[in-house]
Amino acid sequence: MSIIVDGVTKRYGSFVALDDVSVTIPPGRLTALLGPSGGGKSTLLRIIAGLETADRGTVAIEGVESTHLPPQKRNVGFVFQHYAAFKHMTVARNVAFGLEIRKRPRDEIAARVDELLRLVHLQQFADRLPSQLSGGQRQRMALARALAVEPSVLLLDEPFGALDAQVRKELRQWLRRLHDEVHVTTVFVTHDQEEALEVADDIVVINGGRVEQCGSPDQIYDTPANEFVMRFLGPTTVFDGHVVRPHDLDVFSIAVRDAVRAEVTEVQRVGHEARLGAVVRGASGITTVSLTRAHLADLEVGVGDTVWLRLAKGASRLPIEVSR
Amino acid sequence: MTAVSTRGVTPRTTLTRGAGLGLGAVVLWFSVLVLLPLAAVVAVAVNGGWQGFANTLGNPQTRAAIELTVLTSLGVAVLNVVMGTLIAWVLVRERFPGSRLLEVVIDVPFALPTIVAGLVLLALYGPSSPLEINVANTRTAVFLAFAFVTLPFVVRSVQPVLEQLDREAEQAAHSLGASAGTTFRRIVLPALIPAIAAGGALSFARGVSEYGSLVLLSGNLALRTEVTSVRMLTYVENGNLAAASVVATVLLAVALLVLVAIDVLQRWLVRRG
Amino acid sequence: MAKTARRLLVVLYLLALVVVPVGLVFWNALKDGLEPVVEALTDPVVVHALQLTLLAAVWSVVLNAIFGVAVAVLLVRYEFPGKRALNALIDLPLSVSPVVVGLSLVIVYNVRDGWFGEPLAAAGIQVLFSTPGIVLATTFISMPLVVREVVPVLQEQGTDQEQAAQSLGASGWTTFWRITLPGIRWGVIYGVVLCFARSIGEFGAVKVVSGNLTGRTQTATLVVEQLYQNFNQAQAFTIAAVLAGAAIIIISVVATLRVRVERRGA
Repeated sequence: MSIIVDGVTKRYGSFVALDDVSVTIPPGRLTALLGPSGGGKSTLLRIIAGLETADRGTVAIEGVESTHLPPQKRNVGFVFQHYAAFKHMTVARNVAFGLEIRKRPRDEIAARVDELLRLVHLQQFADRLPSQLSGGQRQRMALARALAVEPSVLLLDEPFGALDAQVRKELRQWLRRLHDEVHVTTVFVTHDQEEALEVADDIVVINGGRVEQCGSPDQIYDTPANEFVMRFLGPTTVFDGHVVRPHDLDVFSIAVRDAVRAEVTEVQRVGHEARLGAVVRGASGITTVSLTRAHLADLEVGVGDTVWLRLAKGASRLPIEVSR
Repeated sequence: MTAVSTRGVTPRTTLTRGAGLGLGAVVLWFSVLVLLPLAAVVAVAVNGGWQGFANTLGNPQTRAAIELTVLTSLGVAVLNVVMGTLIAWVLVRERFPGSRLLEVVIDVPFALPTIVAGLVLLALYGPSSPLEINVANTRTAVFLAFAFVTLPFVVRSVQPVLEQLDREAEQAAHSLGASAGTTFRRIVLPALIPAIAAGGALSFARGVSEYGSLVLLSGNLALRTEVTSVRMLTYVENGNLAAASVVATVLLAVALLVLVAIDVLQRWLVRRG
Repeated sequence: MAKTARRLLVVLYLLALVVVPVGLVFWNALKDGLEPVVEALTDPVVVHALQLTLLAAVWSVVLNAIFGVAVAVLLVRYEFPGKRALNALIDLPLSVSPVVVGLSLVIVYNVRDGWFGEPLAAAGIQVLFSTPGIVLATTFISMPLVVREVVPVLQEQGTDQEQAAQSLGASGWTTFWRITLPGIRWGVIYGVVLCFARSIGEFGAVKVVSGNLTGRTQTATLVVEQLYQNFNQAQAFTIAAVLAGAAIIIISVVATLRVRVERRGA
């Protein structure tokens, strides 16, 4: 059982948010919908949740045809970027809400709320109001609230988008650990490729209303389906008529087999990394190479010197596309 | 429509000399024009001592007027709480062709001269009514007049709050399984209560002080359809300023209470964030 | 409640309470053609009343505009002891019965033992049963309206521009005239318009202080009452229609202006 999206199209006026999108979300795993802002990933998530309706196409959740079901009936938990906290209720009441409207007995509710607050490390804030919590704490509360009703699917819409960089990093690790404990099918939307690569089991890359590629983080990074995916997932540079990764290029100070001659145009140390820019003989544009500081020091080269560049064996490369 | 709220993010400085002079002038003007006359009313009332209060408030006609006014205002406030919230909801959440026109309609009772309001209601609900509905000179007319002039208060109080509500909180409730009705009851309404209360309080205060719309419509029949404002005017016309002042002081106390309540309410609102 | 049921209830309520009755007033005024309308409006009593109403309204607007802007600036930009009290009291005139307003002015300005009335009478100035009294009552009643419209606009504007002007050397007064005032002009305009509408419509307070002397101290609203009570219903409806028409035009213009200004500014 999983989420099956088939042929979904959604328009807002003349703007096409989703164009015939079909995707299968595997059960029990943590899937990221990754892509640039405005690319359609939030729209897709909300269509799965029932908060928006598709113009065409179907959605099936856990084998149940859900395209026309209202959100109340889909048994999905939803976490919003800006928390959507119930401002006038305490943290405990927020988390209890879903259970209260399902008319569960009071002690059962109290026990479950306690269990969840412990899970998200908020038990000492049970009687506070959301306005008294930090952003990260509010988001953890929102997660506990969504999980309280034991949804079959958990959907998160840029859950860490409104938080500081440091808190974001902590919470994404925390989400991963939570998923490992709870094992609910989880889908989260993000535009941060580092976040997707670090946390997700599977990634769906969405751009301009279309799915560019699905796969594991390694697959997407090492064998990108097209130039867009390659550029979005990590740094790229051009070499020998191909788009390659800067850290896949080896630099030598003497000629070696299969290496190409280039002239150094810039040398930069950025933190613990070093970058070398060089122009290949006969080619236009600067090829950027990432290397360690130690390696750069060993090379003993500066601007104007000659180096030899070679792409590492088995490195991913794509022929440069003519711009779409 | 609520008391002036001065929360804001602009920095405030202590008074410069110019501003101090301005404040002095403003306070002087306000005192001379508004505060002193109102204080004089209270002074005249207090001057008559407890005996004066007892005499005036003991007068059966005056008592009847106060009772009628307060009870009708309360009833109308309740009506406005329900209808006003409903109207605000429809205006904000359901835009349909013509809803823009309704906005103007809502403001009409606030803008009309009160005597004209009375005539307006007489046209449809008085002796020359084309629908043969005649409630002139009855208590229903008093209720009707109050309902007319207080129409905008709850609506205009609730509308801005409704417009600013976090829609995602309602969506969260839906995703947790709450029906539209439950969501309204448990998520939307609690957020609106302060605004509804403020509007209701203003509606009550306005009803209690209403005069012009009743003059022609209610017939001002003693012990039946006479409201406090009319009673006061009778005292004034008979030269009994003391008795008029007693009734006025009672009404002033009510007005002040309402203002304080609104101020407290708004500060509570701010604390809740 | 179902969506259509809600809308229907709202529309019916507003029709029954406001739209149809107001429409009927216009109908009653115009049903015999324009002749009676012209006749009613050219009656010397009515003409005098309209002039008096206008005079009082203009005075009220001018005085309250100055007062309103000053109070708004003080409330938004400064801290001082008693500020919260002033803030709460500003709304007093709107919550008080117009008859109480009239009464308070009668007590203070009456010739026999009024705190101001006595000395003023000695100086030959009559307030009650005369134009100054009407102006005072009208100004009293509509006092908060300009303040309430200007305060939120002033808050929105923020102090950045004013501070920039001051850093460039502008004095307090210059800053006010050239930076603050133009910035809040729409708030002032709305406030002035609402104040005007309220002033021409005042009834109860004016009735008490003016003595309701025909042809001398009657405003338009008082004329309406007198006409109706003298069984001159057609004329009463005509003047009422004029006043109602003015009020409706005013709020419609304000509403459209507001939308247009918001759209441009956003």
